[in-house]
Amino acid sequence: MFDISVPALMGQLTVGLINGSFYALLSLGLAVIFGLLNIINFTHGAQYMMGAFVAYLLLEKTGLGYWWALVITPFIVGGLGVVIERTMIARLYKLDHLYGLLLTFGLALIIEGAFHHNYGSAGLPYSIPQSLQGVQNLGFMFLPFYRAWVIVASLAICLATWFVIERTKLGAYLRAATENPTLVQTFGINVPRMITLTYGAGVGLAALAGVFAAPIYQVSPQMGSSLIIVVFAVVVIGGMGSIMGSIVTGFGLGIIEGLTKYFYPEASSTVIFVIMAIVLMIRPQGLFGQR
Amino acid sequence: MTLKLKTLVAAAALALAGTAQAQISGNVVKIGVLNDQSGLYADLGGQGSVLAAKMAVEDFKAKDKGLNVEVIFADHQNKPDVATQIANKWIDSEGVDVILDVPNSGVALAVNEVVRNKKKAFINSGAASSDLTGAKCSPYTVHWTYDTWMLANGTGKAIVKTGGDTWFFITADYAFGHALERDTSEVVKKNGGKVLGDVKVPLNNQDFSSFLLQAQASKAKIIGLANAGGDTINSIKQAAEFGIVKGGQNLAGLLVFLTDVHGIGLDKAQGLILTSTFYWDRDDQTRAWSKRFMAQNGGKAPTMVQAGVYAGVLHYLKAVAAIKSDDGIKVVDEMKKLPTDDPLFGKGSVRQDGRVIHDAYLYEVKKPSESKAPYDYYKLRATIPAAEAFRPLKDGGCPLVK
Amino acid sequence: MAALFAVLPFVIYPRFGMLLLCFALFACAFNLLIGFGGLLSFGHAMFFGMGSYLSAQAALVWKLPVELAILTGAGTALVMGVVAGLLAIRRQGIYFAMITLALAQMVYFFCLRAPFTGGENGIQAVPRGHLFGVVDLNQPLAMYYFVLAVFLAAFLLIERIIHSPFGQVLKAIRENEPRAISLGYRTERYKLAAFVLSATLAGLAGGLKAIVSQNASLTDVYWTMSGEVVLMTLLGGMGTVFGPVVGAAIIISMQFYLSELGSWVTISQGIIFVICVLAFRRGIVGEIEAWLRRRRGA
Repeated sequence: MFDISVPALMGQLTVGLINGSFYALLSLGLAVIFGLLNIINFTHGAQYMMGAFVAYLLLEKTGLGYWWALVITPFIVGGLGVVIERTMIARLYKLDHLYGLLLTFGLALIIEGAFHHNYGSAGLPYSIPQSLQGVQNLGFMFLPFYRAWVIVASLAICLATWFVIERTKLGAYLRAATENPTLVQTFGINVPRMITLTYGAGVGLAALAGVFAAPIYQVSPQMGSSLIIVVFAVVVIGGMGSIMGSIVTGFGLGIIEGLTKYFYPEASSTVIFVIMAIVLMIRPQGLFGQR
Repeated sequence: MTLKLKTLVAAAALALAGTAQAQISGNVVKIGVLNDQSGLYADLGGQGSVLAAKMAVEDFKAKDKGLNVEVIFADHQNKPDVATQIANKWIDSEGVDVILDVPNSGVALAVNEVVRNKKKAFINSGAASSDLTGAKCSPYTVHWTYDTWMLANGTGKAIVKTGGDTWFFITADYAFGHALERDTSEVVKKNGGKVLGDVKVPLNNQDFSSFLLQAQASKAKIIGLANAGGDTINSIKQAAEFGIVKGGQNLAGLLVFLTDVHGIGLDKAQGLILTSTFYWDRDDQTRAWSKRFMAQNGGKAPTMVQAGVYAGVLHYLKAVAAIKSDDGIKVVDEMKKLPTDDPLFGKGSVRQDGRVIHDAYLYEVKKPSESKAPYDYYKLRATIPAAEAFRPLKDGGCPLVK
Repeated sequence: MAALFAVLPFVIYPRFGMLLLCFALFACAFNLLIGFGGLLSFGHAMFFGMGSYLSAQAALVWKLPVELAILTGAGTALVMGVVAGLLAIRRQGIYFAMITLALAQMVYFFCLRAPFTGGENGIQAVPRGHLFGVVDLNQPLAMYYFVLAVFLAAFLLIERIIHSPFGQVLKAIRENEPRAISLGYRTERYKLAAFVLSATLAGLAGGLKAIVSQNASLTDVYWTMSGEVVLMTLLGGMGTVFGPVVGAAIIISMQFYLSELGSWVTISQGIIFVICVLAFRRGIVGEIEAWLRRRRGA
């Protein structure tokens, strides 16, 4: 088992890094929504899937390609998120968190069922944009340009989000608003609107991850449900209040999973759950969580 | 007196014939299409299979032959409990005489037991498990279209013969994937090829980069994809990304349907080698039938599963008409006696173990430049004659085979 | 309710009734944990599914008589419940739910690969045999009444538990755990007991189901099964006694009678979830009970 070659290992670590950046990006939206709003957004997987589908539809119906999709899609799906929040989720704030979980779970079923009904399950074709095609020979492996782009973009977006929330005034207001809404409202800040926009932003991030995924993963109605549980695990391990926790865990997990895929591939789907169970037992608030 | 005796004998004979002439139960031959209408396999079969069954009833001109035929359908939602409930209910209270399609091997095996208990016919066109005509074979079950052995052998042998003699497998880590890999490895080795390695991937894994890297490193000429559905699509999509085919290796899809290729897109799927028993564009007959099908199916081309439903219903009705009965075991026995012949699969036969033998074809996915219209995806590489395409009768372990 | 179920097989298809009872039992077991214990488990499918697999294995391969086979299933779930409970109980709310989900996923992957489960093919042709060596369970009516008997027994057990001192303490813990602790109760022990009871009864339901449908498959351990039982309980009314039965009846009926509608089954389940959470939180039975109370009170 340990007769590995350094080049092969480096290749696997790189792949792990790529996947990690993807996990980080994906869990970012969920972390924002839970960390700040205490809503457990089970619809996250379906919103990610919608992001990929909107990208496909933009190409099919309007001819707008990948780069346009990156910008437009988060707003479209985020907008839908805002509608959901205003009409349904807002009513549950006074209740136990678990009702939010159940509601968003139901919404996920509706959205996935509807897409299944219309698009079947074999998936739709979506290609890597011309400018990002091709591979770079790194010596120990061939790295597709697109994947390198994903790492870079993901890091940038993750750090930008973390910065906005933890280091800017806007982020400070947001964090205060969730801890003590009435007080913050007396300062003249429209708290409900902030919450709505934050939910929309979290959903937009999910959709953005969907656009990133469309060229390399199968664009199908069930693409979200396969990932949602993993994403939850990432957020839980990282600490449900912590943006940085999700980012670090996302990258870390990608690497651990990558190594598992090399040494013991059969376990690569379960390793994350094992880690989650262990973390929850030793340090239930997660690696970076506060509570 | 001789005349009277003759008349008496003749009358007696007629009377006996009359009673021996078995009845069509409830005066209706009821066909139940049971498949996945809303999940993973909805594209392979789904409503298309129902359409195929109805077309077969029309083409058979049942009314003219004095038969009343009805087609009903239901969604088993990929749940064996739902499927067995529906199958039991259909047989017990709705007079269903034959069950068609049933993709998803787990569900198919469950339904197989139901028909065994209830003594009704079952024509499977969607499931892959070769156990249906092997260890779990039944005198009531006929297995059309494909199974894991045929796929492994068709693809494996044909590829090795054309020079693809070193293999690396990316295998879905569950019974189906293992079976595909095992059968294909055997064929490859028997025909002089070598298996350089394999990697087992959990089911529904999304990212194959790590495994594709390992496949690249092995330098095998052929990368065998022992998986199906979303796993296959993701493997192929990402293989294109990593430049696997450009780097000189070829992908062999061990279970790929037309709908999968449609979902991946030719730019990524080109060069993929696969085995199928039906392709809509193969010859004039299949083209004519497929055009009729597509007109009623929203322009979507038929898959081999749907074609199998058509052919199965046609052959079933032929057997019913021949013996004028829809009694489960009698019809299936008659189906085994009559050779099969339809515009979709050509000439073939139903074996003792329930396996339907027909020709299989090795296809290669066209380059985008070679495709002139939607669904124009395959070019023929080789034809595998019926006699070689399926597992030999004695190797299956079916208790019906003496 | 017993009377209703007693005459049911003459009205509807008996096999359907049997399956319904199995899921009703599953929902009741789940309700014990959420409705009375206040703990939402997202992994109950592992108990139901493993109960189903072990009963099937016991009946088919080890050739145990029917009663012992079903008890094997329940017993397996009991052991699993203890292990899972010890791991999960120390956390609450969403963390508890997530741990149960994680454990259930691990069980699913185990079942996918373990040879005895038959992987994605499942275990088929589970024999029904003879109850106590006498009653032939292949007769639908006999089987139905057997299932009904087991269901009623379990249901009565749950009712006794709810109304016992143990049940009262559970309710107290659910309402206000710190207060219960300050009163001197070892809340962890009570919660663990509730969890194990719930798990065992879920396993019993699974075992029963394996004999009824004569198969066991991966669907039984997949996380969507966990989601379905949550839905059934929520729809029927969490914390009510009859709620889960009503919820199970509706959801299972939907799966069969709507099976011609394809994707609509999933969509309708989603819609029901959403409506229940927004407007109907007490569930059908809960709303009826509240309405009755208003009439009596006002």
